[in-house]
Amino acid sequence: MNGVHDMGGMDGFGKVEPEPNEPMFHAEWESRVLAMVRAMGAAGAFNIDTSRFYRETLPPHVYLSSSYYKKWFLGLEEMLIDKGYLTREEVAAGHAMQPAKALKHGKFDRANVERVMVRGKFDRPAPAPAKFKIGDRVRARNIHPATHTRLPRYVRGHVGVVELNHGCHVFPDTAAMERGENPQWLYTVVFEGRDLWGEDGDPTLKVSIDAFEPYLEPA
Amino acid sequence: MSYDHDHHHDHSELSETELRVRALETILTEKGYIEPAALDAIIQAYETKIGPHNGARVVAKAWTDPAFKTALLQDGSKAIGTLGHISRVGDHLVVVENTPERHNMVVCTLCSCYPWEMLGLPPVWYKAAPYRSRAVKDPRGVLADFGIALPKDVEIRVWDSTAETRFLVLPMRPAGTEGWSEEQLAELVTRDSMIGTGFPRTPGAPS
Repeated sequence: MNGVHDMGGMDGFGKVEPEPNEPMFHAEWESRVLAMVRAMGAAGAFNIDTSRFYRETLPPHVYLSSSYYKKWFLGLEEMLIDKGYLTREEVAAGHAMQPAKALKHGKFDRANVERVMVRGKFDRPAPAPAKFKIGDRVRARNIHPATHTRLPRYVRGHVGVVELNHGCHVFPDTAAMERGENPQWLYTVVFEGRDLWGEDGDPTLKVSIDAFEPYLEPA
Repeated sequence: MSYDHDHHHDHSELSETELRVRALETILTEKGYIEPAALDAIIQAYETKIGPHNGARVVAKAWTDPAFKTALLQDGSKAIGTLGHISRVGDHLVVVENTPERHNMVVCTLCSCYPWEMLGLPPVWYKAAPYRSRAVKDPRGVLADFGIALPKDVEIRVWDSTAETRFLVLPMRPAGTEGWSEEQLAELVTRDSMIGTGFPRTPGAPS
C-alpha cells in the first residue's frame, strides 16, 4: 500500500537526532509491548508480515505522531481483535470475557522464550528456476498494490542491476494477507542515485533494495 | 522522535498508553495466551544477550583473521555460526565491507529492519522518519547530522533492508592498531560504525 510508512525520499522530517546513551526502553510499557508482540507471534497468532501490515494501516496521522512502540501496541491490539483472539468489549473492560481462541503453537510460557531469541528462517525450496541472474538489468515494476508490499515507491519504474541472489524466500505480499508463503526468488538490486533522484542527486550514491522476483521485469 | 516532547506536553497520553498496555497484558494472561513471567524472560534476554558487543567481536575477528573475513563476506550467518560463543545469529545476514573507495550505510525505509542479534534493538533515530526518509536520498546530509563527512569521491552505498536479509557494515580498521588483540580492537568498534553512520574509535581518542 502507498502508505506514510513508505518514507524513502520524503522531505521535511528534519534532522536525524541521535540520543546520547540512549536506554533500551524509554518506559517500562515499551518493553511489555515488545515482549507481547514477540510472544503472540511465536505462539502463532500472526506472522511478521501481517504484523507489519497492521502498523502500516494505522491512519497516517496516527502513524506519524505515535512513538515506535505505540505503533507496535496499536497494531497488535487491532490485529488480535481482527483475528478473533480478543474482542473490543474485552479491551474496553480490561478483562477477558469470552473463551480463548486456540493458538497454533499453544500458550507462550517460559519454555518458549529461547525460541524467540533466534530469528526465524525465511528461505524455502525453489518452486521454479530463477528468472534473473547476477548482472542482469531489471526494472522495478510500476505496481501499486493496495495491500502489503515490500517494494518501496522510490524505485518503482527505475532500472537497476541484480547484484546478489539470496535464494527463494517467503513472499511478504501474500504472507501478510494470510494467502500463503508463496516463495519467490529474492535479489539485491542496485540503482544509481541519479537514476532515482535526478541530475541534482549525489553522483557518488548507489542504493539497493532487496526485491522479490514479482517486483521485477527485464530491462 | 519525541519522547521528551511526550513527557513535557502530553503526559496524559503517555499514561493512557501505559494503562492500555497493562490492560492488554491482563487480557492475554487471563485468556491463557501468555504467561507474564515469559514476557519478563524475553525482556531480560533482550537486555542481556544481544547488543553491539556481539557485532564488535565479529568485526574485530575479521580485522585480525583474513580467512574469517573472507568467509564472513561470503556468508555472514554461516561464518558467525562458527564462532559459537556469540549470541546465535539468524539466517540471511549479509556483511558489507567499507573500503577507501566505498562506504556502506544501512537503513530500513519501510519499517525498522536491523540485525538485532549483532547490534541489539535499534535506537529510536534508526526507526524514525528523518533517517528513514533521507538515508536513501541524501546520505551525506545524514552523515553530517552525525558529525562525520566522507571524502567527495568516495562511493556511498545505501542498503535498504526491504526483506528478511539483514546487513552489517564491516568498518575499516583504524590506523595505529597494528599488533592489537581482538579484545582491544573490539573496544574500538561502535554500534554506529556497523550501521554506517559512524566510524570506529581511533586509538587514544576518548570513548
